Amino acid sequence: MTEPLITLSHVTMTFGRQVAVRDVSLALNSGECVGLVGHNGAGKSTLIKLMLGLIRPTGGHVHALGGDPAGAAAGRARVALGYLPENVAFQPAMTGAETLAFYARLKRQDVRGNAALLAKVGLEQAARRRVGTYSKGMRQRLGLAQALLGSPRALLLDEPTTGLDPAARQDFYALLRDLRDGGVGVLLSSHALAEMEGQVDRVVVMNAGHKVADGSLNDLRALAGTRPRLVVRLAGAPRAVVNVPDRWIGWRMICDDVLDIECDEADLPALMRTLPQEVIEVDIARPSLDDVYAAFLRGKAAARC
Amino acid sequence: MLTILILAGKELRDGLRNRWVLGATLLLTVFALTLAFLGAAPTGTVKVAPLAVTIVSLSSLSIFLLPLIALLLSHDAIVGEAERGTLALLLAYPVARWQVVIGKFLGHVAILAFATLTGFGVAAAALSATEGAPEGADVSALPAFAVLLGSSVLLGAAFVAIGLLVSTLVRERSTAGGIAIGLWLGFVLIWDMALLGVLVTDQGRSVTGGVLDGLLLLNPTDAYRLLNLTGDNVGAFGGTAGLARQTALTPPALLAALLAWVALPLAAAVARFARRPV
Repeated sequence: MTEPLITLSHVTMTFGRQVAVRDVSLALNSGECVGLVGHNGAGKSTLIKLMLGLIRPTGGHVHALGGDPAGAAAGRARVALGYLPENVAFQPAMTGAETLAFYARLKRQDVRGNAALLAKVGLEQAARRRVGTYSKGMRQRLGLAQALLGSPRALLLDEPTTGLDPAARQDFYALLRDLRDGGVGVLLSSHALAEMEGQVDRVVVMNAGHKVADGSLNDLRALAGTRPRLVVRLAGAPRAVVNVPDRWIGWRMICDDVLDIECDEADLPALMRTLPQEVIEVDIARPSLDDVYAAFLRGKAAARC
Repeated sequence: MLTILILAGKELRDGLRNRWVLGATLLLTVFALTLAFLGAAPTGTVKVAPLAVTIVSLSSLSIFLLPLIALLLSHDAIVGEAERGTLALLLAYPVARWQVVIGKFLGHVAILAFATLTGFGVAAAALSATEGAPEGADVSALPAFAVLLGSSVLLGAAFVAIGLLVSTLVRERSTAGGIAIGLWLGFVLIWDMALLGVLVTDQGRSVTGGVLDGLLLLNPTDAYRLLNLTGDNVGAFGGTAGLARQTALTPPALLAALLAWVALPLAAAVARFARRPV
């Protein structure tokens, strides 16, 4: 087991009286794509800034690429780090190519590699245009290009997919998969858990500064305790319910002829085999990731009361 | 060092792109040319070195314009980037915070130096081109002109440093802008008026020459003014000859004061920025 790229141990961060992050521990490994999910103000951006060393933790320790990211020797480590800030902004009067050239020089990278990088994010046509004329999605892609400068070992992306259209989003996740397969550790934050389905190896859920979950999406589903629902439509309802009441114990009537029941994933096949003849339509409603997410936030809210 | 130059180059390029360099240079050139020829007109008949007269008018112009341009350039440097969201990204690069401050300082001073040297240089060149006859008198004013150029850049640098300090202290651009304008008014206009008022009411009882010298050094524009208006062949036209004869401040002391006005705010800005949350 190699050492994680970035480790947070029992990190707490307060701004004045406001606690942004409370006792959070997490790790980012090489070749791993981690999703950081939470509401606005849940502490996602604060965690990323702590990893970058832009702010120092009030308590606990941050270890990034072999050192303290806020320490004196952190400059060298930052060469191997790519960062895409939330709502990335650039000097509007410079062109995309000039902007990227400036950042490449700061990282002591050969500027000649920039054209390929711009092509990689689909900006080769707009490279000579001023950033001020770019759309939100184009700025986001330029932001991604600068984060990829110098082949970083760790990528920290703060809400990278906002402003990207669905096609660009697919391209973006494909790019991330390539990077991850090449051994890069990727951390991306988002306030929507659903869009991370199938894209990340692990999800960390933040709520009000606390880490409320850390695991694969399947783990989270199981942990959240949200269960699938079986929904059926009956031909001659609701008489059926009255006729054989035993058979319908636990079912809930949604409207006149539609009933549903919550059950465990494992019980679904058995349940379906025993459905009576009156049933003319069957539907399985699995909890969406947003349901899972909501369950975590509810659970946390309840636990704190 | 390379990082600082890259950052300074970025400021310079931004200045070129958003017309700051062009605007400041044109402004200074137009004013300098106007003053050179208007200032030379009344002295033309008495055969006084026109350059010496021009130095007086140009230094009076610099006292108003250079601090203003410098503050307008620099007050936005840190807080503006923080507000636009480019600062966090910049600091995530292999860049130390002090390098950011110094790099921006050098970039802004380069913009100001270019505008000053071009504007005043064009005025001096135009003057010597039109004045054919009194060559000898003109040459004698050249050292004073060099002092003017050098001290003008220093004055600009002092206010760039002050503006940077303001920029690291506040949280909003508008606050920085307000403070910058207030500082400009204070240093350029109010300080001298207040000093004059104190001198008149005090009648020389408690404000002695030494105290006055100290008070003058507390304002970079006064140090600059004394440095330029007390030269041998310039002071007579500047109306400050009387003050110049009484003051114990030598040109090296004034120069040191100006340098301190560059170094101290800059050091404070570096120290403050090192602790500023992003």
